[in-house]
Amino acid sequence: MSSISANNGRPLERAVRSRAMSPARRRSLGTAAVTIPFFSYVAAFLILPTGIVIVGAFLSPTNAFTLDNFSKLTQANTLESFCTSILVSILSAVIGAIAGALVAYALVIGAKPDGVIRRIIVALCSVLAQFGGVMLAFAFIATIGINGVVTMMLQQFFHITVSPNWLSSLPGLITVYCYFQIPLMIITFLPAMDSIRPQWREASESLGANSWQYWTSVACPILLPRFISATLLLFANSFSAYATAAALFSQRSIIVPLMIQGAIRNEMDPGQQGFAQVLAFAMIVVVAVVMVLSHAFEKSFAKWQ
Amino acid sequence: MTVSVAVMLSVSTLAACGSGSASTASAGSTSTADSKAASATSLSDFGTMDDLVKAANAEGALNVIALPHDWSNYGEVISAFKKKYPKIKVNESNPNASSKEEIDAIKTNAGTDAAPDVVDVGLAVAATSTQYFAPYKVQAWDSIPDSLKDSTGLYHAGYTGIMSVGWNKDKYGSISSLDDLLDTKFAGTVALNGKPAEAGAAFNGFLMANALSGGSLTNLQPGLDFFKNLKDKGNLTQVDVTDGTIDSGQTGVVFDWTYNQASYKKSLKSKGVDWEYKTFPKAQVVSYYNQAVNKEAPHPAAARLWEEFLYTADAQNLWLKGGATPVLLSAMEKDGTVDKDILADQTQLEGDTISYTNDDSTRITAWLQSNWDKTIGN
Repeated sequence: MSSISANNGRPLERAVRSRAMSPARRRSLGTAAVTIPFFSYVAAFLILPTGIVIVGAFLSPTNAFTLDNFSKLTQANTLESFCTSILVSILSAVIGAIAGALVAYALVIGAKPDGVIRRIIVALCSVLAQFGGVMLAFAFIATIGINGVVTMMLQQFFHITVSPNWLSSLPGLITVYCYFQIPLMIITFLPAMDSIRPQWREASESLGANSWQYWTSVACPILLPRFISATLLLFANSFSAYATAAALFSQRSIIVPLMIQGAIRNEMDPGQQGFAQVLAFAMIVVVAVVMVLSHAFEKSFAKWQ
Repeated sequence: MTVSVAVMLSVSTLAACGSGSASTASAGSTSTADSKAASATSLSDFGTMDDLVKAANAEGALNVIALPHDWSNYGEVISAFKKKYPKIKVNESNPNASSKEEIDAIKTNAGTDAAPDVVDVGLAVAATSTQYFAPYKVQAWDSIPDSLKDSTGLYHAGYTGIMSVGWNKDKYGSISSLDDLLDTKFAGTVALNGKPAEAGAAFNGFLMANALSGGSLTNLQPGLDFFKNLKDKGNLTQVDVTDGTIDSGQTGVVFDWTYNQASYKKSLKSKGVDWEYKTFPKAQVVSYYNQAVNKEAPHPAAARLWEEFLYTADAQNLWLKGGATPVLLSAMEKDGTVDKDILADQTQLEGDTISYTNDDSTRITAWLQSNWDKTIGN
């Protein structure tokens, strides 16, 4: 913009101005240069793959334009996988959000802000929130799988037989997912809990409100947007999770990421590349919607901080 | 057209990149040999075997993909090749890739040094990927049965297993028929190696169960009913079979190729477990894995030398030792090059084999896609 306005001036003025502008422009160029690594990173790992997926969704195995790949999207199997994926994500997100929020509340009222307990739990949560993938699946298989330690103990001491197929069932999957959802909720929701000022409670009490009124009229309305946006984050987190489920359900495509894996690896029907990309495309759409919603709620929370 | 231009461009860029490396000196002299090697359709195009070896030595490397060392004894096959041709470095990538992923590797690495030179793929993938293959007929070409090779030499069968049931004998005793697997002692432990509409081994495991349940290649319902029954009893597990799941007892009964069972048996023996497997005379399901040369192989002469090597008696005997049935077995039995000690030790085909054409496999796959998920679960 500045260069355009500079050109509008008279010759002398232009010369003076451009001389005056040049260090500033150099500075802004320098600032821009610093961001180049970031934007090239985003381009290489976010924009380019998304582009490849979107273009690929419209290509036939011979690289011609086609809409055939989309026709499978409405088949019963595909719809079922999407429904299961969404169901697992919603349930694990809601369970994770409620449990995580309660723990965060307990930490705020029960532990000193800089105390040892709180620091240990926050550190632990940061680790556990990232504890997913094959490691997590293996941890559960080793504990309550068919030959797991706990399975064996229950059998030996209490004669209770854990169903060998339990881990590879929907309740099993949701339980395993909660293992990383709850810690993630604690670390994302704890700052919101901290931002509730004790003065607000004192103010409402001095105006004659009881505890119930304080929670329903003051604390909850303030916390709700952040709670919802955090829940949406958990939803997206579980919706895109792949490796844990792949290790537990290796021969089934009950959720969409596993269906994509099946389409990519398929030895018996090799022409499914396009379908895999259609599935990925549909997942991108779902996550994009969730992120837009989450952002909207986050914004309405921001005014309280 | 645009594709080929792009490939040429990337090849020339690579050549430019490589010009600083040590290979500069030989680059000029091998370039003519390379194009000759890339278009060679049989040994006579090189001259003699020595000429082929010389050309392959000049390239100095061979890229292979998806060859697990415990699969059909590929470990020994590869080390025998290395021993015979010490000047050729064998680069192994992604041993656990599926056939489909091997073709993807050809596509994504096109024009680079990393592209696989040769592939080892199932029939469905081989028959639909011929545009990526170079025709090449090995010396033993005439001994490969006509039904097991592409007439132009684009791909040719290498070896097959026989579909079998393997189980932990220490834990479960003996199994005489498929119906034994419905016993409650097998709760949650009977596995196919993959999903029938996706993985070759599982597809063939399904065909075996189908044949034993009274079905045929055109009547697939009995097989599906068997697996539904198995699932309703709670015995079918849908965890992928690996050495790990077998070691840990997560999968105690496995439908798989004899060459995989042979390697399970071998690895479990060292842990003191008696792994037993058996084939059924009425359900000798076979499906050959096929060999093919990448049309744009970065090491075209080494690729062809590898093919020649695989169809020697040495390599075929190594496959046999790994529990597979090599394609030249009957020819080798006739001319006496088969290793009798190894042969005596292996599971042999008995009676008629059940094999199928590519059209059959496409039709059965489509049927399984619409019925397996509905009956057994997504």
